[in-house]
Amino acid sequence: MSFALKDDRIEKDIFAARAILASVSILLLVLVLAARMTYLQIVQHDIYASKSDNNRVQIQPVAPIRGLIFDRNGVLLAENLPSHSLTVVAERIVNMDETLALIETLVGLTANEKAQFLSRVNEWRRPYEAIPLKFKLSENTIAKLMVNNPFLTGVQVEAELIRHYPKGADFAHVVGYVGQINQREKNTLDPSRYKATRRIGKIGVERYYENLLHGQPGYQKVETNAQGRVLKVLERKSPVPGKNLILNIDSELQKIAYDAFAGRRGSLVAIDPNTGGVLAMVSSPSFNPNLFVNGISHNEYNALRDSLDVPLFDRATRGQYPPGSTMKPFLGLAFLEAGVTNWSETINDPGWYMLENDDRVYRDWKRTGHGDAINLRHAMIESCDTFFYEMSFRTGLDSLHPFLSQFGFGQNTSLDVANALPALLPTKDWKRKNRGLSWYAGDTLNLALGQGFMLATPLQLATATSVFASKGKWNRAKLVRYIDGDELKEETKPADIIIKNPDNWDRMGRAMEDVIMHYKGTARALSKNLNYRFAAKTGTAQVVGIKQNEKYDSAALAERQRDHALFVSYAPAEAPEIAIASVVENGESAGSTAGPIAKLVTDHYLKSITISNELFGADHGR
Amino acid sequence: MAGDFSRTLSLGNSSGKSFLKKLHLDPKLLTLLLLLMFSGLFILYSASGQNMTMVYRQAIYLLIGFVVMLIVAQFHPRWFQMAAPWMYAAGIIALLLVLLVGVGAKGAQRWLSVFGIFRFQPSEIMKLVVPMTMAWYLASKLMPPKFKIISISLAIIFIPALIVMKQPDLGTSLLIAASGLFVLLLAGLSTRWMLLALMIVLAIAPIMWYGVMHDYQKQRVLTFLDPESDPLGSGWNIIQSKTAIGSGGLEGKGWMQGTQSQLEFLPERHTDFIIAVFAEEQGLIGVLFLLCVYLAIVFRGLYMASKARDSFSRLLSGALIVTFFIYVFVNIGMVTGILPVVGVPLPLISYGGTSIVTLMAAFGVIMSVYTHRQA
Repeated sequence: MSFALKDDRIEKDIFAARAILASVSILLLVLVLAARMTYLQIVQHDIYASKSDNNRVQIQPVAPIRGLIFDRNGVLLAENLPSHSLTVVAERIVNMDETLALIETLVGLTANEKAQFLSRVNEWRRPYEAIPLKFKLSENTIAKLMVNNPFLTGVQVEAELIRHYPKGADFAHVVGYVGQINQREKNTLDPSRYKATRRIGKIGVERYYENLLHGQPGYQKVETNAQGRVLKVLERKSPVPGKNLILNIDSELQKIAYDAFAGRRGSLVAIDPNTGGVLAMVSSPSFNPNLFVNGISHNEYNALRDSLDVPLFDRATRGQYPPGSTMKPFLGLAFLEAGVTNWSETINDPGWYMLENDDRVYRDWKRTGHGDAINLRHAMIESCDTFFYEMSFRTGLDSLHPFLSQFGFGQNTSLDVANALPALLPTKDWKRKNRGLSWYAGDTLNLALGQGFMLATPLQLATATSVFASKGKWNRAKLVRYIDGDELKEETKPADIIIKNPDNWDRMGRAMEDVIMHYKGTARALSKNLNYRFAAKTGTAQVVGIKQNEKYDSAALAERQRDHALFVSYAPAEAPEIAIASVVENGESAGSTAGPIAKLVTDHYLKSITISNELFGADHGR
Repeated sequence: MAGDFSRTLSLGNSSGKSFLKKLHLDPKLLTLLLLLMFSGLFILYSASGQNMTMVYRQAIYLLIGFVVMLIVAQFHPRWFQMAAPWMYAAGIIALLLVLLVGVGAKGAQRWLSVFGIFRFQPSEIMKLVVPMTMAWYLASKLMPPKFKIISISLAIIFIPALIVMKQPDLGTSLLIAASGLFVLLLAGLSTRWMLLALMIVLAIAPIMWYGVMHDYQKQRVLTFLDPESDPLGSGWNIIQSKTAIGSGGLEGKGWMQGTQSQLEFLPERHTDFIIAVFAEEQGLIGVLFLLCVYLAIVFRGLYMASKARDSFSRLLSGALIVTFFIYVFVNIGMVTGILPVVGVPLPLISYGGTSIVTLMAAFGVIMSVYTHRQA
């Protein structure tokens, strides 16, 4: 019977033997685990300990505080205001649509906020980088968000400093503005400096001095989880704030100038000839730079972009106008320097001028002519074109061009003005290259009127006038006066202009004073209530420069086809403190449009420095 | 009467002991299990990031597991012996149903939904049923088993194991096979056969690799061989768990101070990789303590099995406790990087109800076998 063979005792013994075998095996396996643990935790402890530290400790950049911008009297032009923003970490959002919908019902979202946010979501960014959704949250909004925090995973309220421009439109073009860093900028920026920075200077001083204003980011050592969420700050190296800038600009003067345009299209640049410091730089109309800081809405932007007055366009540095007769003081000096004429030579002006072998009649602005005994002084006072035709023909482009370019025409000589254009002082080569034609004598005659190919920006005109006022001594136009207390250094400057007979500076200057004081002067209207020596030159330029939108009604067309009025001036003539170039687009008569604005600014400035000289001594304002 | 008297005399020893005996529980094993469970709850509190909800739920799972153990322990072992073949048949049918109408997660079908009311994992129950069936089969045969019996045994083992592998669930499949094979080994399978089996395994390994294993399973093996090859993908778990363990050092970083685990670098930190949290926070000292607890449980279990009344009970009880140890070994082995990641929880410590209930049912069987030996 097989059952008899099944012996429980034998089986028990077999099992006992196997159980002992199993126990020994199990003990060995436990020893294997213990050995493995010992190896990891004792032998390799140091390696893994440092690995673990690297894992949890991360270095995070901390954005520096952007430098402030002040005017010459310490008036704040750009400041940082604390603000709360709503940001979203896209990676932590399960359903973006639902989250946005919830936020919208809680605190409201504009279409613009949503659109800008969604476009940022799609841009490349560091994983777990917070994306701003709504700026300048009110206390009420923050409270609502906090209460609903449990339903808003990945949504956070961040405190940050946001740029604000208290002077608004007055300084929009000069100071500029900061805006969100875009994709293109992201690719060119030093990533280690801008890791924590959301905004960057886009135009103006904000752009030119971006490097200094930005500062150096600090770092904080934080303990994070694998998702990059900060749990604890272990160590902190504070960022180095950006440098504060003090501009040469006088904010009161700037406001007076901007208001004087009363919305008319135009520009004014005022420079202190003694330093080159820009006292005022206005482009009218302007816009509110604060709109751009957090991202301007499409509607607002389109309105600005499509406005016929092109408020976004900085006329002072990029508006290229034919300088017209404001070129005459510089041309006159060029004639004297070339020796083609002197102060006593007179010519006959029948009201037109003709070249030999040329049928074209070059007209004077005064059809009847300025008479038969016009000398250089009267040609300046009355702005006699015929005299200038004749003398520029005698001088020729080869002599005119090098002389005029000494005043900075055709170049950007400014020290720290972002994006200033060089405009154009034509040469024969330039014409051949760009027009495919050789230089005609008639081109030189056009140049003598500051027309034809010649273009200059208000900044260039003001600079040239400033150099003229300081009798050829060069100071580059500069917006910034002090960087964190250190005076802005002007390392290189164009060579001072030396003329054969330095008396010609004074004589030309007196002719410019007579533009106002002489009974035939083109700006004689400005002589009223004048209590300082004011030297000036008017100019008009036919409208060819600033192209506007093609579609506008005939009334507007008519208005916009009028000549531009230009005006250059400096005062007081005996010891110039302020040199100005002003342009009123389609202003026609400089004496009644561009001139009065320049005089208003000059009046104010001279009064203010007189007061401060009395209070603080003569050096103040230099 | 004499027995009653001696019991009365030993009352000073413990009245609780006799109470536990009435409940068919072994006080020593029970103490060790409770020690493990409470340690587990403390570890989980830290590993879950102080998530009390998770701790409460785990406590409820443990309580359910405890009740299951208590109920199972009340059954006389012969009930298991009688039920074994029927449970086996039912288990195979359930496994086939899983393949046909199972509920899946992460690309694997493991669950069976019963009338949509609750879901269960037949493969989990097979971890108990296969050794039970093996014990039932071998208990009636002459030991040590001969060739024919071995062949039938292998069929009993590998039919469910292969079905589970198809789900696909390699880890559970291997553990089911192991639990069955342990019965065979404890029944006295000769060393000749063991060596032969080893050679067969080596021979079929390539066939498994190219014919049977799924890509994710292959990936696990590849990652195991070289975790650095995929540091952000499959290798991440191993690199992170080794970092957590290694950085713990001798004394550990302290409870809830484990930066790796607290900072969410460690994946699956409350389930399969919970030992890494423990090793990081309690260090080698803690790990050795935990290993000792496990070792004590296994040795106590083997001792209890060896005291069983018959072959069936011995084999079943012995195989279950050895399988329990294998869970421990595979889990810690995989977390420390000496075994591939196969998704085996750390017994009674990892978060999750299913494995707790199965394990506690197994301990119920072990308790039953030990406490019913006189009757």
